[in-house]
Amino acid sequence: MEDLNFQHQVRARAGGTRQSAIVGVVASGNLEVLVERSLPDAECAVDIKTAAVGFGAVWSAVIGDFVERYSPGGLKFSINDGGARPDTVSLRLAQAVRLIAEAGQ
Amino acid sequence: MTSWQNNRAARDARIAAGAGLARGKVVEAHDVTRLLEAVVRPGDRVCLEGDNQKQADLLSRALLAVDLSKVNDLHMVQSGVVLPEHLDLFDRGVAKRLDYAYSGPQSARIARMLFGGKIELGAVHTYLELFARYFIDLTPHVALIAAVSADREGNLYTGPNTEDTPTVVEATAFKDGVVIAQVNEIVDTVPRVDIPADRVHFIVKADKPFFVEPLFTRDPAAITEGQILTAMLAIKGVYAPYRVQRLNHGIGFSTAAIELLLPTFGERLGLKGTIATHFALNPHPALIPAIESGWVRQIHSFGSEVGMDDYIRARSDIYFTGPDGSLRSNRAFCQTAGLYACDMFIGSTLQIDLQGNSSTVTTSRIAGFGGAPNMGADARGRRHPSEPWLKAGAEADPDGSALMRRGRKLVVQIGETFGDKNVPLFVEKLDAIELAEKLKLDLAPVMIYGDDVTHIVTEEGVANLLLCRTAQEREQAIRGVAGYTDVGRRRDHGMVSRLRERGVIRRPEDLGINPLDADRSLLAARSIKDLVHWSGGLYAPPSKFRNW
Repeated sequence: MEDLNFQHQVRARAGGTRQSAIVGVVASGNLEVLVERSLPDAECAVDIKTAAVGFGAVWSAVIGDFVERYSPGGLKFSINDGGARPDTVSLRLAQAVRLIAEAGQ
Repeated sequence: MTSWQNNRAARDARIAAGAGLARGKVVEAHDVTRLLEAVVRPGDRVCLEGDNQKQADLLSRALLAVDLSKVNDLHMVQSGVVLPEHLDLFDRGVAKRLDYAYSGPQSARIARMLFGGKIELGAVHTYLELFARYFIDLTPHVALIAAVSADREGNLYTGPNTEDTPTVVEATAFKDGVVIAQVNEIVDTVPRVDIPADRVHFIVKADKPFFVEPLFTRDPAAITEGQILTAMLAIKGVYAPYRVQRLNHGIGFSTAAIELLLPTFGERLGLKGTIATHFALNPHPALIPAIESGWVRQIHSFGSEVGMDDYIRARSDIYFTGPDGSLRSNRAFCQTAGLYACDMFIGSTLQIDLQGNSSTVTTSRIAGFGGAPNMGADARGRRHPSEPWLKAGAEADPDGSALMRRGRKLVVQIGETFGDKNVPLFVEKLDAIELAEKLKLDLAPVMIYGDDVTHIVTEEGVANLLLCRTAQEREQAIRGVAGYTDVGRRRDHGMVSRLRERGVIRRPEDLGINPLDADRSLLAARSIKDLVHWSGGLYAPPSKFRNW
């Protein structure tokens, strides 16, 4: 297991009013993403627990691109990774930010 | 005096030599090796019918057992090298030289034998190319073919897997060659005549039906969300803007996902009737929901697919069928249809380089080409216009004169940036080049040349190579959809974002695709069982795809 943490300053607050959302599953080659609206508007944090050790540089690139593309201000992401490929991680993050942007709790 | 009929005389002598083993044209299975020893001469060009699906397996085994003093050094000219016996012929010395098109299941062993010098390789062809050479410089002396049934005169019924048989027989029978057919049964009257009796010289009843493999069945249960996202990008980013109606699909999971999204995602976009109406395609079970929902008007097929017979029979408005009601396929005609009458080919590959060249060759496997290079190539002889073809031509050459400008076929490579076992789809250099150097080939085995590729679709986006104006733009457009592979991570971020502003690269958000839709619930069928339900119970999947 490896723990990784990324903090980013972002341009804008994420849309929507929902306080939290969860997407994905913990399974081999997949991942679960919990997203919570718990940070100041200009901050974003991503905490990762991953079964695959030694992929810090790829995670950094994936998270960096994600923050640039979606500007998820105010959101804290907790990822439980079962060795997902980077494209699956990108998809789950995009789904999480989209889900919390919907109206609701 | 010069004789001008030596070949006919030689053919007649071969037939006379075999006739002693036959009653009429019928030879018993235990006499087939003796028949081949009588009919085949050392050094002959022999076509041992190995199609995609239908295999002349009994005749393969019989040929393998010949007395080497009578039959040796054959030159095999066959489209598929598929059965182990096809290569055992070379190990044993029955055959020496090989010209072929496809070697899927034998791809690792054929590579070893080529390196080991066991096989003298002529060339690896596309199907159409090999068929063409049957009529010019690779005409078989003897063709060993497979059919479902024969009558006593030798009329053959091939069943739905007609495939290569008419082409092989045409080239052999009309150029003084001998045609020997293995059949599952001998009947009084065949259900329909696929091959007329006067082109068939000997028939053998096989002890068990010829071997057929379900090559085109993709279980919807194995389709991933990444493939669904990629399929949505293809539908909204390529099918819709070009209004592609006439097309061919590859056999991978990405195109199976597209087939299963037509009745859901495609329907929601209002695209029914404007895209994906006419196909050159094997009877893919994954297309059943789209057919049942009224998307598809017509399909012509290279061959059939296991379990689809009753469904095809009941849907003769869609498929080509004979007077007996069953599918009539024909590989040569369907390949021609894919080349000339389709506006798009979309399929996956194993490696794509920075120029867009693609290959399914790796250093340890030579799978051959099959039909993809014909499907995935601009037909330079095409002269009829169509909306997608003209639009693609205009994108490639916006300043050219509309009346003089060629159209372009849409050649789309689709896949996830990381394939099986996390192997990257994008590479700096194709393994095919290393292989060509090692084998001292004149040409590297490239499946689709980069200058024919118009679009690359991955989960990261759609790259439209028609809009690239320089080699550098093209390279960055490819890197720009290569995800987190090494090729993708070495992109020039500034140039990629400029390409995105110009619409050369389009991301899911540029196309209004919601990533939350990339969910298996969007598939019209999520299992083989769902496909059976869609078909009204007519589709009968082979047992390896049943879990109920």
